[in-house]
Amino acid sequence: MSEPHGIAVAIRRAEKRYGSFRALDAVSLAVAPGEFVSLLGPSGSGKTTLLGILGGFVQPSGGQVLFGERDVTYTPPHLRDIGIVFQNYALFPHMSVGENVAFPLRARRMAKGLWPGRVRAALEMVELGGFEERRISQLSGGQRQRVALARAIVFEPRLILMDEPLSALDKQLRETMQIELRALHRKLGSTVIYVTHDQREALTMSDRVAILKDGRLVQVDAPERLHDHPADAFVAGFIGEATLVPVERAGERQVRLGTAVLATSRAVPAGGPLFLTVQTEKLLIAGPSAAAEGQNRLTGRVAEVVYQGESLRVFLILADGTALSLRQPSHHAARGLIPPVGESLTVTLHPEDTIVVPERAAAP
Amino acid sequence: MAGSDAAMTMPGAALPSGADPAARYRRREQALMLLLASPAFLIILGLLLVPLGWLVWQSFQADGFTLQHYRRILAEPVYWNTFATTFRISGIVTLAALLLGYPLAYAAASAPPRRALVILALVIVPFWTSVLVRAYAWLILLQRSGLINSLLEGLGLSEQPLALVHNELGTIIATLHILLPFMVLPLYATMQKIPGDLLQAGASLGGRPLHVFWRVFLPLSLPGVLAGLTLVFVLCLGFYITPELMGGGRTIMVSMLVSRNVELYSQWGAASAVSVVLLLCVGLIFLAVGRLVPIERIVGTQ
Repeated sequence: MSEPHGIAVAIRRAEKRYGSFRALDAVSLAVAPGEFVSLLGPSGSGKTTLLGILGGFVQPSGGQVLFGERDVTYTPPHLRDIGIVFQNYALFPHMSVGENVAFPLRARRMAKGLWPGRVRAALEMVELGGFEERRISQLSGGQRQRVALARAIVFEPRLILMDEPLSALDKQLRETMQIELRALHRKLGSTVIYVTHDQREALTMSDRVAILKDGRLVQVDAPERLHDHPADAFVAGFIGEATLVPVERAGERQVRLGTAVLATSRAVPAGGPLFLTVQTEKLLIAGPSAAAEGQNRLTGRVAEVVYQGESLRVFLILADGTALSLRQPSHHAARGLIPPVGESLTVTLHPEDTIVVPERAAAP
Repeated sequence: MAGSDAAMTMPGAALPSGADPAARYRRREQALMLLLASPAFLIILGLLLVPLGWLVWQSFQADGFTLQHYRRILAEPVYWNTFATTFRISGIVTLAALLLGYPLAYAAASAPPRRALVILALVIVPFWTSVLVRAYAWLILLQRSGLINSLLEGLGLSEQPLALVHNELGTIIATLHILLPFMVLPLYATMQKIPGDLLQAGASLGGRPLHVFWRVFLPLSLPGVLAGLTLVFVLCLGFYITPELMGGGRTIMVSMLVSRNVELYSQWGAASAVSVVLLLCVGLIFLAVGRLVPIERIVGTQ
């Protein structure tokens, strides 16, 4: 893709106030043409408001929205030329699948003779070829999702917005669809802005993830950066399966946890409360002889072991009462390393994985 | 116990029906439902079905069995004319109610809850006042020296008072006013259930507001339109007090024919026959509507 089909999107200090409540507070975000960006945040974080502003359903109280060079801040939805996939699909129940998919073509007054080909191509793209005559009520949830997708891409929009499109599907289907959506995005080359509250979904699908909290943008980064370089305690706690432990600064690259001093490969921020972010997968059970050099070591008592299918979660209480947890694969070799409940256990944490975050990041 | 369990799992095993606990449970359930429904059933039987049966029976009576009442309805033009007038007035009232009611219901359905409440209250509150009071109010407004005519003359828009009442127009205006809620309420109920998402989707997919209304909102509101049309039309067919007061004795509707047969001529048989014919018309209308539009299927509300 030398020249992506997608369009650049720029949000400049977008604001939305309802009375004195700020649903969105000076949010700026630049999305590159063809990029897949997720808006991730808990409910009430403003992600749906931001999507509404992009779609033209919500009038911003301030700021600007640009598609390419064009200022669309006050453009009505039907002139924005974007494909939207709604959370509950919003398929027209009185139309067949084919009529639903043809709706954008009809609305654009495209010559009627061109419809069948375009509709067929869009339906084949979502693997629903030959479904034109079906009624919406005859489709399963996953199929409705695909029809909604076909309807949003049939007019080859340069920007597609998706509002938690997979949240109504069961887990298995959701994961299949995530992979398919990614492949579809690559094929279409459109810019995609995707709203979700499911961090795993956001990490799986996106080029970059924008994390929102209380109407503010906290961090915008690639998935691995978010996971390994969270900007603050909120992001660290929201992404992955982390335990946050208050620590004190003990040096340029050192923090104190209780009596232990842990080394980290990154500069420890000065001033303000600090938290050690311990992701469950980063704690490794220390082998009997493994005195791995340069590793941080923590010793505690096993409080509980929970079997969760593909893995086990081990809850550990350190001498000073700090509770941590780690994940161990459930295969035989790994399970053998977990001592019985009540016994002592030593784990290692690599300095590269020793992530220290401030309580609140400086405003980006 | 073990024996009966084994028998139950055997497909097609012939069991004495009393031995099947599931069937026994079902029967008990049905008996209970019947018992609970019986008061309502008795009321319907005593106050609706029996009098109706009596009405039908009477329509065939004149010193013994006869078809003369029905023959007269078919033969005499006055009956034909009255039925034609009734259907015409009902048709006009129904269409006018749709034209007035649809925008009203639309405004209520798309307004924020509190404003919707105000709009609906404006429709419903007159509904609580007596039909008689409203008919007289219209008489006062529409009569030759009434408010409307004085206003028109005062503004120099008309030189002679318009005949707004004691004719078909007066009947239509007052009937329309009284029946409007029966159009607005089912319309509102249907429109309110149309998800806002669908309209947003329509707009986001490039549909101009009018296009979205025409292709999405209107089709989805059709069940309400049909319900409103049927209700208003059928109610209007049997309207009595309003046309009696507003029609000035010149606009005769079927219900007035019935009352005249009883009050002036004591022709119970003839009155019954007219009633039965009207009832049949209403029944046919409901049958046709139900046959024409299996509503759930068309809308696919699933």
